[in-house]
Amino acid sequence: MNAHQNDTPILRAEHFIKYLTGRKILDDCSISMRPGDVKVLIGPSGAGKSTFLQCINCLLEPDQGEIWLGDHRVDVKNTKELCDLRQRVGMIFQEFNLFDHLTAENNVALALRKVRGMSRADALERAHAELARVGLGDKAKLYPAQLSGGQKQRVAIARALAMDPTILLLDEPTSALDPELVGEVLTVIRDLAAHGMPMIMVTHQMEFARAVATEILFMEAGKVIEQGSPEELLAPGAQTRTQNFCTRLHDLCGESVPEEQERN
Amino acid sequence: MHILSTIIEAFPYILQGTLVTVVLVAGALTLGFCLGVPMAVTQVYAPRPFAMLLSFYVWFFRGVPVLLLLFLFYYGLFGLMGLEVGTIGASCIVLGMTSAAYQSQIFRGSIQSLPAGQFKAGRALGMTDLQTIRNVILPQALRLSIPGWSNEYSILLKDSAMCFALGTPEIMARTHFVASRTYEHLPLYITAGLIYFAITMAGVTLLRRLERKARIPGYSNSGM
Repeated sequence: MNAHQNDTPILRAEHFIKYLTGRKILDDCSISMRPGDVKVLIGPSGAGKSTFLQCINCLLEPDQGEIWLGDHRVDVKNTKELCDLRQRVGMIFQEFNLFDHLTAENNVALALRKVRGMSRADALERAHAELARVGLGDKAKLYPAQLSGGQKQRVAIARALAMDPTILLLDEPTSALDPELVGEVLTVIRDLAAHGMPMIMVTHQMEFARAVATEILFMEAGKVIEQGSPEELLAPGAQTRTQNFCTRLHDLCGESVPEEQERN
Repeated sequence: MHILSTIIEAFPYILQGTLVTVVLVAGALTLGFCLGVPMAVTQVYAPRPFAMLLSFYVWFFRGVPVLLLLFLFYYGLFGLMGLEVGTIGASCIVLGMTSAAYQSQIFRGSIQSLPAGQFKAGRALGMTDLQTIRNVILPQALRLSIPGWSNEYSILLKDSAMCFALGTPEIMARTHFVASRTYEHLPLYITAGLIYFAITMAGVTLLRRLERKARIPGYSNSGM
């Protein structure tokens, strides 16, 4: 860590433009992360939130735009730099994407062995520590098909954390879960935020976003159209698009929003 | 009885042919596997020109009878290339190359049936594409390929009878040799048929056992 870590952003994604099947999905989107930042992307479906997230670790290559890690611009055409970027930017998927043929412990250990070159024993030891951290110390030998959705997502989080990422991307981490399993995953994420893990998260859990986010970015039609702290954007009578969207979300799904929101 | 004594007399001779058949099939399946896996991976992940080249290979070997391929290579191409491989070697290589074409399509189907998220997850952890293919994609795809592969085994075993046309001393060639001298066609060909049947069943049973053993815990294979 360099001395001026608090004023240099640890990661910047700048001026992303992305076309998919001829349609402009991202139109000049940027985001900058400092230590301890938890930024939440919200917006209607099709706004480009997931695309934006997947461009940041280059799972989708942006057609234009720059990715900076600290003060180094990542050359995504260089395989080594690309793998390095992905190692340092952990990702959690909506559908978990656990490796179905591996036990929980081997899911976590695989990249440690193959990417970090750790021995099998060391990798498993680290895997057990990470699984314990997400409360799954006793599930190490189980296969993904033997775990509940919430447990799968927590294994996925342990798998990402084992690579010591400097930042975590979460793409609707609770959307594929049964309602009663959402809580256990959010608890883990909240705990990470409390420990200062920088995160960019796409979510529709507005209450959660309000509680942990340092900034909310509201996206629509491939653009970030509003950006600010939850207090600013969701203040009573703020008349922002963000608040309007959250109210509609509440009306549609009955997600609990504090009273002053409802009157808006 | 005369028929019985003919069979008993010919049996060790035909049994030696069985050994040749087993070697042929094992060699061809191995060659087909070693070529088929990289071919499938290339067809799915490599740039278009490479994939097209392999499509041409598959199209050629699947589009021409095995018997013609055997003649083409043994009497034609191997001679041109100055290759001295003998009948068993030639049969093995031709059957292997043909099997590679079929096996590559079995593996390709399995790879493409995996959710795209598996590959993404490997990449997202910083693994290279090759590492992801080797450690995430293939272990799962090969499991899914076992039933199709068992099919390929049983078809290849019977295709190997075609090698008799090159004079490869396998089951069919030896049976034919004995039959043409003793005129006991019926009992001898029934014996050969039973041998083929036994080898098929043994292999299929073994693969079925492998399939059960390799099944990922927690997954049902009942289809429901």
